[in-house]
Amino acid sequence: MTEHSYNFAYLDEQTKRMIRRAILKGVAVPGYQVPFASREMPMPYGWGTGGVQVTAACLTPDDTLKVIDQGADDTTNAVSIRKFFQRTAGVAVTEATTEASIIQTRHRIPETALSAGQILVYQVPIPEPLRFLEPRETETRKMHELEEYGLMHVKLYEDIARHGTIATAYAYPVKVEGRYVMDPSPIPKFDNPKLSNSPALQLFGAGREQRIYAVPPFTTVVSLDFDDHPFQPTKAPHDCDLCGASESYLDEVITDDQGGRMFVCSDTDFCQTRRASGHIGALGVPVSEGDAA
Amino acid sequence: MYVAVKGGEKAIDNAHAWLAEERRGDVTVAELSLPQIREQLALAVNRVMAEGSLYDPDLAALAIKQARGDLIEAIFLIRAYRTTLPRLGASCPVDTARMAVVRRISATFKDLPGGQVLGPTFDYTHRLLDFKLAAEGEVPAAAMAPTDLADVPHVTEFLNRDGMIEVEPGGNATPPDLTREPMELPASRALRLQAIARGDEGFILSMAYSTQRGYGRTHAFVGELRIGTVAVEMDIPELGFAVEIGEMELTECETVNQFKGSKTEPPQFTRGYGLVFGQTERKAIAMSLVDRALRWAELGEDFTGAPAQDEEFVLMHADNVQATGFLEHIKLPHYVDFQSELELVRRLRSEALAAQEAAE
Amino acid sequence: MTALFQLDDRPLLSVKGLTKHYGSRIGCADVSFDLFPGEVLGIVGESGSGKSTLLSCLAGHMTPDQGQVIFRTTDGPRDTVTMAEAERRRMARTDWAFVHQNPRDGLRMGVSAGGNVGERLMAIGGRHYGDIRAKAIDWLGRVEIAADRIDDRPRAFSGGMQQRLQIARNLVTGPRLVFMDEPTGGLDVSVQARLLDLLRSLVREMGLSAIIVTHDLAVVRLLADRLMVMKGGHVVEQGLTDQVLDDPQHSYTQLLVSSVLQV
Repeated sequence: MTEHSYNFAYLDEQTKRMIRRAILKGVAVPGYQVPFASREMPMPYGWGTGGVQVTAACLTPDDTLKVIDQGADDTTNAVSIRKFFQRTAGVAVTEATTEASIIQTRHRIPETALSAGQILVYQVPIPEPLRFLEPRETETRKMHELEEYGLMHVKLYEDIARHGTIATAYAYPVKVEGRYVMDPSPIPKFDNPKLSNSPALQLFGAGREQRIYAVPPFTTVVSLDFDDHPFQPTKAPHDCDLCGASESYLDEVITDDQGGRMFVCSDTDFCQTRRASGHIGALGVPVSEGDAA
Repeated sequence: MYVAVKGGEKAIDNAHAWLAEERRGDVTVAELSLPQIREQLALAVNRVMAEGSLYDPDLAALAIKQARGDLIEAIFLIRAYRTTLPRLGASCPVDTARMAVVRRISATFKDLPGGQVLGPTFDYTHRLLDFKLAAEGEVPAAAMAPTDLADVPHVTEFLNRDGMIEVEPGGNATPPDLTREPMELPASRALRLQAIARGDEGFILSMAYSTQRGYGRTHAFVGELRIGTVAVEMDIPELGFAVEIGEMELTECETVNQFKGSKTEPPQFTRGYGLVFGQTERKAIAMSLVDRALRWAELGEDFTGAPAQDEEFVLMHADNVQATGFLEHIKLPHYVDFQSELELVRRLRSEALAAQEAAE
Repeated sequence: MTALFQLDDRPLLSVKGLTKHYGSRIGCADVSFDLFPGEVLGIVGESGSGKSTLLSCLAGHMTPDQGQVIFRTTDGPRDTVTMAEAERRRMARTDWAFVHQNPRDGLRMGVSAGGNVGERLMAIGGRHYGDIRAKAIDWLGRVEIAADRIDDRPRAFSGGMQQRLQIARNLVTGPRLVFMDEPTGGLDVSVQARLLDLLRSLVREMGLSAIIVTHDLAVVRLLADRLMVMKGGHVVEQGLTDQVLDDPQHSYTQLLVSSVLQV
């Protein structure tokens, strides 16, 4: 069995057509979870099989693909998925957000604003925002159908009553175009505002749970909240120690066993680009020297 | 000075090279051949075929070898391979009444037409380690009896003659295909059986066991358990008739269960059904118990809240490839999520501590 | 739609020929009655008489085999049996309310008292935390639960408090019809009396229409305008509460009344 015996981007054309139909339906009904016949992929469920199938169905030979996990291009799972498409589709790959036509992501939205014509594909573990309030699929589908979203707000109410604030830090639920409540995948809530009115097409694939959903370009996406407790995106109150950025989402890195730590951009491309253009953070060094190390 | 972690690609390549070496093990020990696995670990091969939903003993043997004997990993390999295969057509339903049986037992009748055939079974062996096998002892050939080529009728057919057991209506409807359409709930019985047939043996076994211990009790007897080969036929439109394209080994179990009757039906026995690739007797029996437990609504029985009665619970959690993938994905990096939780807990703590100080 | 319910002689709920079988056993058979706005109907009978089956069919928790349950919605009379489930569920969280015998069935035990009362408000679009909380405190007060218990979960409440909380949770959106299934069932006598008092004042104050299923004649004596007596799935007698209790016609009702009056 050689790699040439697989179709372009691994999936056969029938399967791609089926997935494209689900994507189109998702685009037509923003935020609605479209059931689709998820295939068994050569990677485990929960490791991005939904995202991979959506990407495979969207890819053309002219596309340039970027894959990130936790915002970074060089994390093992991102490397593995990028390699998979290099092998099976032979498409060009990039780490630059601006150069990519399709970006597959796990847990982040790139810091650099997306543009028209780009597709952002999210890997989704649990597509159902109501799942942990109501474990039954038959029941949650009914709740969406009837817009019975009171329970979702009960959860937020309980958070405020107990903690004085909404204690959901990631996978923060949103309402799409005033209709469907949607799980934006486990992105930090810092990223939620970027979901709304994006010029790019945003597609969400959940392989194990067999669901695809979409946020078409320029769709209003509102993070659920109360009028008197409005949604607030949060991040670590620091600047990036490498590039000095104050507006990007930061990873905390433990540097020694004495409690030493530093904060760096989770979006590696964003950080690299800034450093290349001369920005230096508190612990950073000019980019050429850093790369040599 | 800090340098971000790089080199994921190299790390992956090295890890996989190491894995290949570990798979081979000590090179002074002879390598396993696929025929050895296929012939001598046949029950493992059968399980991989059954839960991988692909009847191919050689590929299953390859998967077991590649997976270092981890059967769920082997099932995963088979599934991922199977999903890319073109679908040329569907066979005719196999006729298990025409099975060439190697084993056939009934717990409900002492003797019956076709006879009780014990066959190659672990039953009644004493579970004593056989140290002769450690010494690679050859076994003497088993005694042979002349073959009776007559069809062996199903036990439930005997009950059916008196109207003592429910009639399962036949039909020409194409059953839904779990591997080509998303699972929709509530599911038809055909879809449920499909999901259970490829479900994890351990999970189905535990579900079945729970019904026996009272969580959704169905009072099951093994009406019949049969193992053997059946012909697989396919309609060839150009020919206008079905031709035999091969044969496969199957295990079939039909349970006979008590039923008190309903609005429309007088009291009679009901059925649970199990059909699995290969010699997979534990799975087939378990499957028939779980099938029967899931039929409570259709038979007008009470839902007692037992897990085995809960279609969504059983069907959504039976697949070991799904389960193992999702279970193990939590070892992937989650530091973005974790970071956001870290910030939240820090903030909540500082607010709580401030409030405490203010109070003191 | 007129708001002057005292002048309204059209029924709020009109039940016709409602029948439900369990296998060959009768659940309830051929039940018909009208319920008028502001009226409280009691349904009494021993266990197995079919009263709970009837209530489940009326409230849409169970589909009857035959019959109609016509509710006068704001858009006119509608048969809730044939109504799409979407609509029925919407009605169940706005116009209708259901008080379960066991508060565990009617409350979210893992959610605070305030969240329990606030859920229906949020379900119909309430999005101001402060307002929802204020309304929850108000309703806790109306059912005699101290405001400082608002963040406690129902688990920490006594049986009587749980039941009062369930009532608050149901009435907070001002439903037009309340179903109650043995609302005083699991409570000891002194607690029952207090709850009955509370229910009576709420029913009068809000002009509620209600259907109360109970085996306890004291409950209907206190709350119900009209009474229906059930036995073996059939309605054996119905009429004004005082009339039925003081001058029972059916031998079964006579037995029921006499056995209670001894107490």
